[in-house]
Amino acid sequence: MAQAQDAHDHSHDHDHDHAHGPEKGIMRWIKTTNHKDLGTLYLWFSATMFFIGGLMSLAIRAELWQPGMQYMDPELFNQFTTVHALVMIFGGVMPGFVGLANWMVPMMIGAPDLALPRVNNWGFWILPFAFTLLLSTFFLPGGAPAGGWTIYPPLVLQTGNSFPLLIFAIHLMGVSSITGAINVVVTILNMRAPGMTLLKMPLFAWSWLITAYLLIATMPVLAGAVTMLLTDKYFGTSFFNAGGGGDPVLFEHVFWFFGHPEVYILILPSFGVISTIIPTFARKPLFGYASMVYAMASIAFLSFIVWAHHMFTVGIPLAGELFFMFSTMLIAVPTGVKVFNWVATMWRGSMTFETPMLFAIAFVFLFSIGGFSGLMLALAPVDFQYHNTYFVVAHFHYVLVPGAVFGIIAAVYYWIPKWTGVMYNETLGKLHFWLSAIFINVLFFPQHFLGLAGMPRRIPDYAVQFTDFNQISTIGAFFFFASQFIFFYNILRCVLWRKGLQPAPARVWEGAHGLEWTVPSPAPYHTFEEPPTGIDAETPWVAH
Amino acid sequence: MATQDAHAAHDTGSSRYFVPNPSAWPFYLTASLALVVYGVATYLEDRPYPWKVMVIVGALLAFTVIFRWFRGVALESESGSYNLQVDRTFRWGMSWFIFSEVMFFGAFFGALFYTRMLSVPWLAGDGAKLLTKLMLWPQFEAGWPSNGPAHVGGEFKGMEAWGLPALNTLLLITSSFTVTWAHHALKDNKRAKCIAFMILTVALGATFLYFQATEYAHAYTVQNLTLHSGVYGSTFFMLTGFHGLHVTLGTLMLIIITIRLALGHFKPDRHFGFEGVAWYWHFVDVVWIGLFTFVYVL
Repeated sequence: MAQAQDAHDHSHDHDHDHAHGPEKGIMRWIKTTNHKDLGTLYLWFSATMFFIGGLMSLAIRAELWQPGMQYMDPELFNQFTTVHALVMIFGGVMPGFVGLANWMVPMMIGAPDLALPRVNNWGFWILPFAFTLLLSTFFLPGGAPAGGWTIYPPLVLQTGNSFPLLIFAIHLMGVSSITGAINVVVTILNMRAPGMTLLKMPLFAWSWLITAYLLIATMPVLAGAVTMLLTDKYFGTSFFNAGGGGDPVLFEHVFWFFGHPEVYILILPSFGVISTIIPTFARKPLFGYASMVYAMASIAFLSFIVWAHHMFTVGIPLAGELFFMFSTMLIAVPTGVKVFNWVATMWRGSMTFETPMLFAIAFVFLFSIGGFSGLMLALAPVDFQYHNTYFVVAHFHYVLVPGAVFGIIAAVYYWIPKWTGVMYNETLGKLHFWLSAIFINVLFFPQHFLGLAGMPRRIPDYAVQFTDFNQISTIGAFFFFASQFIFFYNILRCVLWRKGLQPAPARVWEGAHGLEWTVPSPAPYHTFEEPPTGIDAETPWVAH
Repeated sequence: MATQDAHAAHDTGSSRYFVPNPSAWPFYLTASLALVVYGVATYLEDRPYPWKVMVIVGALLAFTVIFRWFRGVALESESGSYNLQVDRTFRWGMSWFIFSEVMFFGAFFGALFYTRMLSVPWLAGDGAKLLTKLMLWPQFEAGWPSNGPAHVGGEFKGMEAWGLPALNTLLLITSSFTVTWAHHALKDNKRAKCIAFMILTVALGATFLYFQATEYAHAYTVQNLTLHSGVYGSTFFMLTGFHGLHVTLGTLMLIIITIRLALGHFKPDRHFGFEGVAWYWHFVDVVWIGLFTFVYVL
């Protein structure tokens, strides 16, 4: 083993003399191969990106406070909408989910770590570099990319100095996602403790297995799409140039072949979180465990054959409009199964409403609103009216914020006692919940009306009749953003200001099941070096 | 964290799982790759910074790091650190990595099928697109090879299938057989035979690359077929170019495996490093069969 571990102060025999505790200082975090350390890094990175992306959204909402141009020129506004989306999707939600997977998947399936710990480290450390490249473009002549996060040609090909950095940042994010996804898939397929069969796995592990499959299948397609953009701009290819026999619409097809599975990448891990939390606080096993697995698998399959519903107005053939309309509406079936099962789990449960449960219930309710508006958008003839309006903005923010992001918040409240060994402050948690749940609706619900009335998205100015709803929305945005500092404070208490806080027991929630609750809180640096036993007692969702 | 000591206690025995020590290689690898892409971006946008320095320094660092990292893994493997479960991890990991590569090529095959079957005919008025033709390019007739209605890149000649490309197909398919024979030789513990077949495989791969370079040179100098030749040139060079890149990588990996064989690495029953590279080689072979069919023959 005469290699990387020169700095390592253990003796190098041939037995497995890996570190038992963390190293000290910054090198701990740079060199770590521990899934808990990397999970923590991912989650803090995600929090940082949520903050940066949130600041951009506040700039956008401030500019939209009233008609006319107030604080910025339209070019900067477009840069903010573009980079806000990229930062939130690739920097906020996805690393947040990967952080949760890092922390929880090995503990849930009884593994000591992820299958490829060094690759895991690589996957994380790509992200700070990729986002430094992306965010540095704000300081280049011409500013950041401004063509929208969907980077459609020919518009995006007019981007200036920042264009290659945008493309390479996306390439790097893709490498990070693929390595992370391979790691999760291999961990789940190969590292489960003896007796942990696939259909005994906690649903969070299942949701991540399916998510990781989607990532491995689609991130390379995005890499191909942006590579074609790069060669079209700099090396004279004609993929998206009609004069050369190509077609700008080709980009939309390739992009959305990635993009629609990506949408489910952004929600499936939250499904897993919610399916874990609701049974805990309803004190009942999850209703319809197997149907939940099949529903997620169906959603994943369908996600590959619905992509052109993002392109109904671009001029695809009628048969295409019909096919993609019906295939899209089919997704409502497995999604309906999931929502039904969550509600049926709560039915006649012995419910309590701790903060994670509150966020989980809000998730079920508000995500369904986003699902219903999605069903409306799936109708091709109706979509001609909604396309590129604020209705679309309202729709995808409903599934992403009270959907994906509430899932992450619920997960943090649910598992932070396990991570830190102390309880968060329940009163502050509830305050955070109510402010978030109220202001997220103040923020996004009026955007449905704006869209139906015809306000286009991605435009910094608007007609005077849209002012009222825009002002309501902006108020909601600022209060929602401010509310998150309560969350931040609550986390910091658990991590840094722990004196006098109530220590968490091993099984933090009385109704919780799963192997992670069989280890002490905080979970030791290495868990399950010996495979755990007693798996059947922790998997009440299957009939034994 | 009082529980750590308890866990450390049974770690000194034979722990079931291999968990590697902390490593700074991934961080250094990312840093050097970031330097490379920043250099390339600087070059592409013609910005006033020494892009060559960034690219060369970054690439050298990246190669060094990759070499040291992989060398460490190989030595760990030879020292017997990896049990059967780690072996399965590598098998799964390599399989999913190859799947991701398949999807990467899928994007470019998709572009080929779309432009050839849809966008070029549409530009010539196919289906409901008659107005496109009449309003924009009334003279344009669909066909393949095509560089589009604007004749981007000027007149050119498409690539013939039955010269060098057919020979190259033969070479790659043969190399898939030779690497399999090498594998069987390794399993039968006939190391010299194995190395001989590996050298043959490397030679076949290198010859393929040489012919591919010859073909490119011919395309550029004689046929006026370049990356600029409309959508035919784009799909042709991007598909075969990325494939060629993968063959290059595969050949390098085969060379390293051959060197490791000569150093006495691998056992008849435990040699995933060999098998992973062999899988990769079969993968580039299969991609080539797709390329030969859809880019050259049809």
